[in-house]
Amino acid sequence: MKTYTNTGNKDTRSGFGAGLTELGQTNEKVVALCADLIGSLKMDDFKKNHPERFFQIGIAEANMIGIAAGLTIGGKIPFTGTFANFSTGRVYDQIRQSVAYSDKNVKICASHAGLTLGEDGATHQILEDIGLMKMLPGMTVINTCDYNQTKAATIAIADHKGPVYLRFGRPSVPNFTPEDQTFEIGKALQLTEGTDVTIVATGHLVWEALEAAKVLHEKGISAEVIDIHTIKPLDDDAILKSVGKTGCVVTAEEHNYMGGLGESVARVLSLNHPAPQEFVATQDTFGESGTPAQLMEKYGLNSASIIKAAEKVISRKK
Amino acid sequence: MSNTQQLEDLTTQVRRDILRMVHKVNSGHPGGSLGCAEFIVALYNEIMDRKDTFDMDGIGEDLFFLSNGHISPVFYSVLARAGYFPVEELSTFRLINSRLQGHPTTHEGLPGIRVASGSLGQGMSVAIGAAQAKKLNKDAHLIYSLHGDGELQEGQNWEAIMYAAGNNVDNLISTIDLNGQQIDGPTDVVLPLGNVKEKFEAFGWTVVEINQGNNIDEILKGMAVAKSKTGQGKPVCVLLKTVMGNGVDFMMHTHAWHGKAPNDEQLAIGLEQNAETLGDY
Repeated sequence: MKTYTNTGNKDTRSGFGAGLTELGQTNEKVVALCADLIGSLKMDDFKKNHPERFFQIGIAEANMIGIAAGLTIGGKIPFTGTFANFSTGRVYDQIRQSVAYSDKNVKICASHAGLTLGEDGATHQILEDIGLMKMLPGMTVINTCDYNQTKAATIAIADHKGPVYLRFGRPSVPNFTPEDQTFEIGKALQLTEGTDVTIVATGHLVWEALEAAKVLHEKGISAEVIDIHTIKPLDDDAILKSVGKTGCVVTAEEHNYMGGLGESVARVLSLNHPAPQEFVATQDTFGESGTPAQLMEKYGLNSASIIKAAEKVISRKK
Repeated sequence: MSNTQQLEDLTTQVRRDILRMVHKVNSGHPGGSLGCAEFIVALYNEIMDRKDTFDMDGIGEDLFFLSNGHISPVFYSVLARAGYFPVEELSTFRLINSRLQGHPTTHEGLPGIRVASGSLGQGMSVAIGAAQAKKLNKDAHLIYSLHGDGELQEGQNWEAIMYAAGNNVDNLISTIDLNGQQIDGPTDVVLPLGNVKEKFEAFGWTVVEINQGNNIDEILKGMAVAKSKTGQGKPVCVLLKTVMGNGVDFMMHTHAWHGKAPNDEQLAIGLEQNAETLGDY
């Protein structure tokens, strides 16, 4: 079984910051906007290097989305930065009308997504954002798994014409994808090859899925792990090819099971190749304060939950 | 360049277009459209330095953003008669498969529209973004925007108003259509706006008042003053006092025609009061 090495824990938001810094040097159309969270979003370098292309909006996210939409008129490629909650739910109608329906080339970059935001609690831990964003026609939805992938995705979305929601997080997590990767929007990555169960994971749950696959391997279960960084458009072919072989799937995400990756996968399967599926996701609930690790354990979003779900879904195959 | 009489003739024709468009589909918003007819006619035919052809980025020309998208009939009529699309297309307003949606959108590719509007309160932010893009592009042209007075009840406006002053967005002229009416009644009854002039000034804007917002000469004079105030470190607000339903006597001075179409008889009266000047579509 193919294994992956953690080259050192890093936060995905720093991958975003590094990608933005690089874009600042390579693409003069790129501009950045932030709603009073420059440090949290790791936008300091871009601001320092390109003050004329950086817009401090203040605590006014609705205005930020509108200004970003306006900046595209004149050829700019705006990257907005704030927490996932304030990037989506708070400004849903602004994104819907001024960005998505208006076909504006805005990149909505959202940190501190999900439970791993930790101690700030449920007011800040959005678990509904993937659903909100994937429902918008024309919106591309990306949820990256580590520092390197987040950096590569940040750079890649500048070349994609159209609105993008890029979701990443706060905590330091294993960095295991290649440093020199080319990020291809909409292309799933098969990380391990397996025959008994497919594990489709996104974001912080990808590493957990790899850890689960190792344990399952020791138990004699062959798991195929697929990293879905792009939830929309979904790589239907990769999912169907894998589940066609394994006959069952576990989806894993740091998001409510309603509206998330799991439902998108279920749709693809039900239309093309019905198969048993288990959902590793939050169960229609808000989060709470705690450390990221405590929260992921309490809400069942870790390798142990994936192992349990894999064993259960395999038993449902008959 | 046009003279006042030409602009007035065009306005009369635009009023006819508005009435006929909303009458045909028995829906749409004639009141605010009629109230802003002189202003938008003057804007597109005299005030703005614009190109005859449309491209989204609008580099090297003045741009206009309509925030109160429900007055789409006047916007569509002025755009069509300015040559952005065929005037015959006005007959498709609000019909299935039309580019002339109930509220303006870029989604159907209608030339002249740069952002969707309709859900209120978003246009000023977009206009600010376009103004910032002009500065980055070293393009000395201006951004114009129009907003309803009732629309100021949406909080996003005040985020935008604060931002524009705080960041010296001085290539922006935002006009507020002060007609004092909204769907449920007079703004003073629904939710009083207070002193709009003092509010904008307190936020750091330069305010220009046009007290006769349905008089073309007054509009041209006021907008010339507004233009002269740009480039001085402050955004410019124009308070345009208009009469909702202007030009059709039974629609004037009331909120009743905010979102209601005339019947056959009412249409006939309205058209009688506004003679065909440039040819109906």
